[in-house]
Amino acid sequence: MKELEYPFDASYILSKKKKIKKVLLEEKNNFIEKKIAILGGSTTSNIKLILELFLLNYGIKPCFYESEYNQYYEDAVFPNKELEEFVPDIIYVYTTNRNITNYPVMSDDEDSIDKLLKQEIEKFTNIWTILTEKYACPIIQNNFEMPFYRIMGNKDASDIHGKVNFVSRLNMEFYKYAQTHKDFYICDINWISADYGLKEWSDPFYYHMYKYALNVNAIPYLSFNVANIIKSIFGKNKKGFVLDLDNTLWGGVIGDDGVDNIILGPEESEGQVYSEFQRYIKEHKQIGVILNVNSKNDYENAISGLKHPDSELFVDDFISIKANWDPKDKNFSDIANELNLLPESLVFIDDNPAERHIVTEQLKDVSAPEIGEVQNYIQNIDRNGYFEVTTLSKDDMKRNEMYKENAKRAQLQASFSNYGEYLKSLEMKGIIKSFESIYIARIAQLTNKSNQFNLTTKRYTPSAIEASMNDDNYITLYGKLIDKFGDNGVVSVVIGHVIDDICHIDLWIMSCRVLKRDMEFAMMDTLVHRCQNYGIKQIKGYYYPTAKNNMVRQFYALQGFNKIFEDEKGNTEWIYNIPEEYKNKNKFIIVEE
Amino acid sequence: MTREEVFENLNEVFQDVFDDDEITVNEQTTANDIEDWDSLEHINLVVAVEQKFGIKFNMGEVNTMKNVGEMVDIILSRK
Repeated sequence: MKELEYPFDASYILSKKKKIKKVLLEEKNNFIEKKIAILGGSTTSNIKLILELFLLNYGIKPCFYESEYNQYYEDAVFPNKELEEFVPDIIYVYTTNRNITNYPVMSDDEDSIDKLLKQEIEKFTNIWTILTEKYACPIIQNNFEMPFYRIMGNKDASDIHGKVNFVSRLNMEFYKYAQTHKDFYICDINWISADYGLKEWSDPFYYHMYKYALNVNAIPYLSFNVANIIKSIFGKNKKGFVLDLDNTLWGGVIGDDGVDNIILGPEESEGQVYSEFQRYIKEHKQIGVILNVNSKNDYENAISGLKHPDSELFVDDFISIKANWDPKDKNFSDIANELNLLPESLVFIDDNPAERHIVTEQLKDVSAPEIGEVQNYIQNIDRNGYFEVTTLSKDDMKRNEMYKENAKRAQLQASFSNYGEYLKSLEMKGIIKSFESIYIARIAQLTNKSNQFNLTTKRYTPSAIEASMNDDNYITLYGKLIDKFGDNGVVSVVIGHVIDDICHIDLWIMSCRVLKRDMEFAMMDTLVHRCQNYGIKQIKGYYYPTAKNNMVRQFYALQGFNKIFEDEKGNTEWIYNIPEEYKNKNKFIIVEE
Repeated sequence: MTREEVFENLNEVFQDVFDDDEITVNEQTTANDIEDWDSLEHINLVVAVEQKFGIKFNMGEVNTMKNVGEMVDIILSRK
């Protein structure tokens, strides 16, 4: 919903929230349901209500537990039957600098201020440790916004007695905890409040009138940030950009003006802004965001722009470049198809409202932000949180290379008339093993991101992955695939639990970028070997249809399972009797188990 | 802005905040007359009224307002 994308009208959202909620519930379907506990150090009512809107807009239907006023500490630390029965999927600890118990006074010496700091940190680490032990779910924790006054003025920042200094040190300690604990995420209200304007954000009127620790009008900005963290945790981030060229990546129309006359580079101010924007786009490659072009241009003209001496972006930075005179929505869906991605996982950047309109009208759930004037492009894209990072795996950082390698594979494939010959020529090696600690983040991420090749669409947090890794009743497999063009990383995951000689498959997923490479058969082979070692005779598979996983409806039939159950919704169950002499199904991958 | 115009605008605000197109308010309307008007919704109402009329209430006013009529008095005194 446009009204819930940045730049949004906060007062509209606040006053029409009930109507917006109704519309979202009517328009959208296929929500995933999540239970969210908000433990607040001040009033959180509107924060919750507005958070609900943003989550619904992301396809997440929340159900809330909200602590009584300022009971965040008690709710976390003491026995809490209500919260235990609630079984939260996410806990959001909403605290602010109003919850800091003691600040230093001028007569304190260094040691006593260190002690004060330690006490404050221990209060919070105690909360986090207990919450993690009890609920084993992701925790989102606010850092602290800056104080709204400074009795020493500027020295408040550098002097250990200053509140600004004390709050900054507390924040650093929070970050240390975040760096060393998984499933723990900081909601950076220090940045959000600065972005909003600290003076407005911390208007004391709202605290003393209603016990809100922030300006009520700023709540949509806060809730939006929290929603972004949550949707990222549940794998609903966007994966790439689809970019227009003329008046988006450079000023002017290259077909009319010629490559020498486009506005780009350090010579004059407007060119500098476009250069900065190009650098901003390019930086995204580091976090695994993939870049593509969708431009109405002759191909040669488009390429010449990317070869402009001042261009920060090169032809090589893009995975797919569509420069032609086809409608942009067609190019857009072609790009998504090529990448094996759903259109909704790509963000469309175009200065032309008419082009944005046709793409968002034709392709459901594609985001095409109103980017405004060139000097506002970065702000309007960045604040949307499309690529909010919660976990960053090595594979993310290499994603662009992987897609490049895929393009090379496609070229190679075209040169073979026999698909088997092509697969042989890839010289594929697989590593299929039980879960290992170093891959926990990547495995959890895959379980949250895979929608198409996903039999049960069960989502896992890193803690849940770790738990299954350490449980003897579970058979866990991750699969890596390497070929002559490069390492695809972890691309497939299977989790099964064993009851009475039967292995029940809770999860079977594979990344679509290794479709039709025999990897699904290699996984089956190793699964069978593992089951044989356990003395297991049968494997039971489950398929639960969603809007996106039709491609694996017959997956178990393909693997030689027999269907034993089907209900009216299309849920199916399958049995595989492991034969005495099992013959490997994979023929092209050399597997290390 | 006349008193009538203020009331017209206020009706819109009340209808939005309580998501009920039937609501109309008058001089004597109080929180007791509108089912969902509790202390939490009161905040939303105050913020929405401030936005609508481009004014700010002060704390004393928010605390002592007895009915919608008094709210209108304050709005008119700021315009």
